Amino acid sequence: MSAVHFSPSSLKEGRWYEYIVRFVFGGVATVFTGLISSRYGASVGGLFLALPAIFCASATLIEKHEIRRKREENLDGRRRGEEAAALDAAGAALGALGMLAFAIVFALMVERSVSAAFAGASLAWLVVSVAAWCVRRKMRSARRRHTADKISGSAVSPNH
Amino acid sequence: MTEYLLRFLLGGVVVSAFAVLGDILRPKSFAGLFGAAPSVAIATLGIAVCRHGADYAAQQAWAMIAGAIALAVYSVVVCQLLIRARLRAAPATLLSLVVWLIVAFGLLTFAGGKT
Repeated sequence: MSAVHFSPSSLKEGRWYEYIVRFVFGGVATVFTGLISSRYGASVGGLFLALPAIFCASATLIEKHEIRRKREENLDGRRRGEEAAALDAAGAALGALGMLAFAIVFALMVERSVSAAFAGASLAWLVVSVAAWCVRRKMRSARRRHTADKISGSAVSPNH
Repeated sequence: MTEYLLRFLLGGVVVSAFAVLGDILRPKSFAGLFGAAPSVAIATLGIAVCRHGADYAAQQAWAMIAGAIALAVYSVVVCQLLIRARLRAAPATLLSLVVWLIVAFGLLTFAGGKT
């Protein structure tokens, strides 16, 4: 398993219009949340702060990039694209735990200090998301080691 | 009108910034964390504090807890639809929005609308 790293070359895979699409998606989602809040109140509006509208766009783009990359190698790439989007979804599930931490910290702190609420909530999001990702990664590698041990154990046992 | 223009610009900038971070980070499962970054929340809560005060923003943040739990369920459902049902990303993410709506509003109702 590879360590976390930056891959700036990945930016070359994106087309200019994809950045515009994401900007527009982000803008529209924020306007939509504002409209919902002013029409139905703060509680219903608050729900939509965690609407996965942006995720729909990013997962579709990830799948598209993977398919495009495989097509350049004359491969179909559809399955690979779906798997890449699924990996992104698995990461988003862990990120949602971070978002939960963000909401709790912000709600508890905002009436005392607005700037501290934003800083504390953002930090909580980062810490919880990364910690959840590390735990999941450790569990997966432990499970893989266990499976590999079982396979090698059953391959050796007939000789004993 | 100016408020909505500001919302659009701020939302677009914050979401794009998190999306670019997600693009350049590897492995992909780690980059996925940024797919659930509170980008819309940061932009919206910032405006909510300025326009309506801290009390209103706190109310929104409490309700966001239900939305975040629904997002976790939604992401797992999307993952399953992609891997097991072999759906493409667009239909999987769009169909699962129904799950997000049911869980989010279910939790909000359960909490008496004051999550």
